Amino acid sequence: MSEMTYAEAVRSALAIAMEQDERVFLMGEDVGTYGGAFGVTGDLIHRMGAQRIRDTTISELGIVGMGVGAAMTGMRPVVEIQFSDFSAQAMDQIANQAAKIHFMLGGAVSVPLVIRAPGGSGTGAAAQHSQSLEAWFTHVPGLKVVMPATADDAKGLLLAAIDDPNPVVVLEHKLLYRTSGPVREGAERTPLGVAAVPRRGTDLTIVATGVQVSRSLEAAEQLAQEGIEATVVDPRTLKPLDEETIAAEAIATGRVLLVQEAVRTLGFMSEVAALLSEGEAFVHLKAPIRRLTGLDVPIPYAPQLERAVVPQVEDIVAAAQTLVREW
Amino acid sequence: MNAPKIAEDAGRARESLRTMWRIRRFEEAVEELYGRGLMHGTMHLSIGQEAVPTAVCQTLRRDDYITSTHRGHGHCIAKGADPESMMAELLAKETGYCRGRGGSMHIADTATGNLGANGIVAGGVPIAAGAALSASMRGTDQVAVCFHGDGALGEGAWHEAVVLAAMWRLPVVFLCEDNHYGMSMSSRRAFGLADLSDRARGYGIPGVSVDGNDLQAVHDAAAEAVGRARAGEGPSLVVATTYRWRGHSKSDKNLYRTREEIEEWRAQDPIVRFERAVLEAGTLTATDLEQIGQEVRSELRTAVQRAHAAPDARPDDLLESVYAEVDA
Repeated sequence: MSEMTYAEAVRSALAIAMEQDERVFLMGEDVGTYGGAFGVTGDLIHRMGAQRIRDTTISELGIVGMGVGAAMTGMRPVVEIQFSDFSAQAMDQIANQAAKIHFMLGGAVSVPLVIRAPGGSGTGAAAQHSQSLEAWFTHVPGLKVVMPATADDAKGLLLAAIDDPNPVVVLEHKLLYRTSGPVREGAERTPLGVAAVPRRGTDLTIVATGVQVSRSLEAAEQLAQEGIEATVVDPRTLKPLDEETIAAEAIATGRVLLVQEAVRTLGFMSEVAALLSEGEAFVHLKAPIRRLTGLDVPIPYAPQLERAVVPQVEDIVAAAQTLVREW
Repeated sequence: MNAPKIAEDAGRARESLRTMWRIRRFEEAVEELYGRGLMHGTMHLSIGQEAVPTAVCQTLRRDDYITSTHRGHGHCIAKGADPESMMAELLAKETGYCRGRGGSMHIADTATGNLGANGIVAGGVPIAAGAALSASMRGTDQVAVCFHGDGALGEGAWHEAVVLAAMWRLPVVFLCEDNHYGMSMSSRRAFGLADLSDRARGYGIPGVSVDGNDLQAVHDAAAEAVGRARAGEGPSLVVATTYRWRGHSKSDKNLYRTREEIEEWRAQDPIVRFERAVLEAGTLTATDLEQIGQEVRSELRTAVQRAHAAPDARPDDLLESVYAEVDA
């Protein structure tokens, strides 16, 4: 293990993938000399060359579409959408092309494309640079979707995504880029479709994604001081989802709190709630399943407003207390 | 041009006629099957435009790439796809190119470099540019030809892909089949240009317009653009002006054009024009032409019969067909 930031972990995965496989290359806006809008690619252009770290025009649809074409013809492109919000510009190539080509063409072709996109609020960038759009991608059959919550998973999930023969959307969180954590050495993969359980307790099970995983762990520490022991489950991959682990951890405590930054209506956690409700877990629940989500509003600019629309540590603590005390 | 004309070369003339008739007869068969209620869904016919894919694909190698459109039967056939597997797809059979999952708008044939038709106008344009990027990064001299209609010129995807392809000087040819209408919108009205290839100048790439119903003219323009791409000299735009005889799709009542206009263009039938050139050159006889027509007819009849007899597409593994299998 070595300590590195989430951004460094992403960079490390890109460098390893490129060293291991000459078909891998990166394309995106300002990923070269600039080093990436969030500094993720950093000095990669100097290590890998401008042929493999390709600066593009500001052209999300073109970037993703060219990634699709390159992926169909023997390459392993990784494309970066500078802010996940800009994926709206590229949605035809993501949802109508990349996602459907394998199925629609009868399995003759696959699209081993990785689309990296930073999402999430907390940077004061307002409504068009702060969304959590995982439900958009999870709703399209043919895409795989991952949301790394730790530096180690940022590296391990990206390496696994690059290996995968399917289009994988990797939603990184901007607030996590500068956070550090222990990261496995070498080219260790985090398999897609396997949830992590970073903490186990007896009183409730918190299922959280992205930046809400670390917030939930912090909340769990506070809850422990008052005698409430929480399990925290991080699905890591939203599609394909590790339903078994989530159900097993829900059954183990009987109380479920689902935490996401994204807006409430038809969010990813609505699907988790539905899966738990129609499965075996339902009869083991002591309490109704509770969602704690972003409000159904665009992300506002002012810091106090921005903070108010997405779950914070204290909101998770309060929701967990209510769930445990009332049920 | 010093190279011998296609019409003067018996082998190439024969091959050109076979391909054009194969496209025409395939689409007539599709139309008939649909009319008799034996075919499901919708389809977009390219009858009257056969010279374009036929001539362009003659300038390509088997390992060169094409991307195609919703009106793509001609591109598939010209690049070498098997009409029987195409017909089986349209007839919703398990033996179809897409096992009944794609239908008319999604036929691909990777064995012949065909990366697929596309149901989204201009959807294939960035994909073709990406295939060209891939070819250049892999150090091959493969070329990608992106077939698209005039309607695609109004799409953002076209603009983005052409900008990137021009910046990286990729080996791609943007082959615009201007069949005069994007569904009902006239390309003359839409783009305000007497010559659509003027578009190319704004992107810093060469552009040329040709008579799309003249097999030789399309061939020569495509050969030059493909040659430039293969030599590493970057992308080009070729606009082949032609005309769609049939409606956009089955719902079209032709309210946006006149009967007279359609008749004028029917008189410019690219197959008839090429047959006339072949006869004038004395390369083939009227009997030869008759024989080619008969051969294609009989080949297509067999393809339809065999496709009909094939097993229907099955729903049992639909869920397993969404994702490519991960290597163990």
